[in-house]
Amino acid sequence: MDFYRAHVLICAGTGCSSMESRLLRQNMHEEILKRGLDKEIKVIETGCFGFCNMGPIMVVYPEGTFYCQVQPSDAAQIVEEHLVKGRPVERLLYQHEKESTDTVEMENIEFFKHQKRVALENCGRINPENIEEYIAQDGYFALAQCVNEMKPEEVIDVIKKSGLRGRGGAGFPTGMKWSFAAPVQADQKYVVCNADEGDPGAFMDRSVLEGDPHSVLEAMAIAGYAIGASQGYIYVRAEYPIAVERLKIAIKQAREYGLLGKNIFESGFDFDVDIRLGAGAFVCGEETALLASTEGRRGEPRPRPPFPAVSGLFGKPTVINNVETLANIPKIIRNGWEWFAAMGTEKSKGTKVFALAGKINNIGLIEIPMGTSLRTIIYDIGGGIPKGKKFKAAQTGGPSGGCLTESHLDIPIDYENLTAAGSMMGSGGLIVMDEDTCMVDIARFFLEFTQEESCGKCPPCRIGTKRMLEILDKITSGNGTPEDLTNLETLAETIKDASLCALGQTAPNPVLSTLKHFRHEYEAHIYDKKCPAGVCQALLSYKIDARKCKGCSLCARNCPTEAISGKIKEPYIIDQAKCIKCGECMNRCKFGAVIKE
Amino acid sequence: MKSIEELRAIKERNKGDVVSRNEKGVPTVNVHMGTCGIAAGAREVLTAVMDEVKTRNLDQIHIVQSGCPGMCINEPMLTVTIPGEKPYVYIKVTPENAKSIVLRHLINKQPVQEWLLNLDK
Repeated sequence: MDFYRAHVLICAGTGCSSMESRLLRQNMHEEILKRGLDKEIKVIETGCFGFCNMGPIMVVYPEGTFYCQVQPSDAAQIVEEHLVKGRPVERLLYQHEKESTDTVEMENIEFFKHQKRVALENCGRINPENIEEYIAQDGYFALAQCVNEMKPEEVIDVIKKSGLRGRGGAGFPTGMKWSFAAPVQADQKYVVCNADEGDPGAFMDRSVLEGDPHSVLEAMAIAGYAIGASQGYIYVRAEYPIAVERLKIAIKQAREYGLLGKNIFESGFDFDVDIRLGAGAFVCGEETALLASTEGRRGEPRPRPPFPAVSGLFGKPTVINNVETLANIPKIIRNGWEWFAAMGTEKSKGTKVFALAGKINNIGLIEIPMGTSLRTIIYDIGGGIPKGKKFKAAQTGGPSGGCLTESHLDIPIDYENLTAAGSMMGSGGLIVMDEDTCMVDIARFFLEFTQEESCGKCPPCRIGTKRMLEILDKITSGNGTPEDLTNLETLAETIKDASLCALGQTAPNPVLSTLKHFRHEYEAHIYDKKCPAGVCQALLSYKIDARKCKGCSLCARNCPTEAISGKIKEPYIIDQAKCIKCGECMNRCKFGAVIKE
Repeated sequence: MKSIEELRAIKERNKGDVVSRNEKGVPTVNVHMGTCGIAAGAREVLTAVMDEVKTRNLDQIHIVQSGCPGMCINEPMLTVTIPGEKPYVYIKVTPENAKSIVLRHLINKQPVQEWLLNLDK
């Protein structure tokens, strides 16, 4: 093994790859080669660091210098200054608004300081396409320990005691799930990894698969050993090409090293994993629909029981775990259940990964101990709300969840508290909304999503969500009537009670929760025909403040429908009949004379 | 994969590769590489330190560079920092001296007094 004095880690996750990190990598290689440093400096592509809005990310070790928004053209300067002369390139260092000085080291950055990385530990630290780097980080030692030293029931017991719960959304205790499948007698059992991540904005599963695919393979083998399964399937969306590619490489390498296949560690335990590609239907994240799709049938849910633990894939006992859940397993085995159970709250142990999105400065992927408050997430890790706007709400659980308001900022986040607050943990999407967000429009957005994704098997979901969406469309277009609110509530309750699967059962949640916390916004749309946040176009009108207008004609010249008229140096006027409310006049006006009502 | 020993061997083989990304508080050799340092031969010193660290298979050492410390007359310079101790600054380092510093200071924990920067002189 060659010795390298410095390691240059460049993010090769989906986010940074879309910002030319591949070209950056290539340029770094060339620059290093040009200066003859290729024997002493190693360039490694890693998985996602989580700080996606600062991408492309580059970290130089051993110092741990954190560079962000690095362009391919910066390669020469970084090599010349930092790698040859040891002077970090200051203009590329991360700068935090609150901190006066440049932050050089990754661990001192606010965004990373409050995080606790367990599932994401190796993401951004190892080369996901090299199994030996995973092994160097204690990878596959947990599997070795399980098959050599532990009985299957002991493995299940450790997972049970750790308190690990399903990270896909519902939060069912993982050890319990395994213990249901273990005693069932069958000639074949299966372990299925649910990587059908469908929540808009959530991408933690993709990041784990891209950044640390072996942790998922190792965990699946451990699950297989615990329940007596010899075959695993990863059901992953075809829209995740980088994740699929890295998984394929990881499976191939694991087979070559004998960590998948027959007689693993000469223990007599056989386990192999194959990939099944999903076509991106949201409903296939529901476990029975996922199984149907894996078998090659139409992705539709079926009633439970029988539960998959008894009759799952091809009618055989099956354990289905989410990617993030699995990523925790090897660490629990290695460090002991006590270590895991020491993190988090009374009923929710460990950490949770959240995808931060929406009106927040630091968009990205974060992992925090359970029990962290929303305030810490938004203001410390997330860096607050852009342009000094006011926080209004945060949506957790994606289209199945609900919103949290200012009064929820200090509650410790865990499964129970989120449910009590009328939302849910979900898979971990966290969308932050500021004062410019219309809550009726948000509810309409999520419902439009679930309505489109309804598989159509059961009428409450298929027809109910369609009717709810129609009512919301009516309200946001200014035609709402007072009885719409009661109709929405009645429909929502019926859909929740009568739908076949979780998609329908949770689809009304965004509407119910916004109705609960922001009813006044619905009422403003219905009674006053106003959208308080100024989002719903039909309820808006643009006007020109005659006192501020200088008569420069800029708005009139840019109006696509020629709705603005007037004389130079005199106030202009917008013809409401012609106005299409595109907002172009407001964007163009240099004097702030165009107002939105 | 036959045994946990085999797995351990792979881990050992690759440890040096990931250790620099994990470990904090390991001994550091800092070669000062401003223009003055490079002109005086800091590049060769750096290579010598790397060679020595590699031959002796020392994975618990960080080799970093920094800029000019402002005493260009004493270049090439090299600072050894062992956690919990004060930094030792070596001056007018040659590649041979550098190898010797790795052995005597980093391995045997005996700073080489005669090559150190002595402000009292």
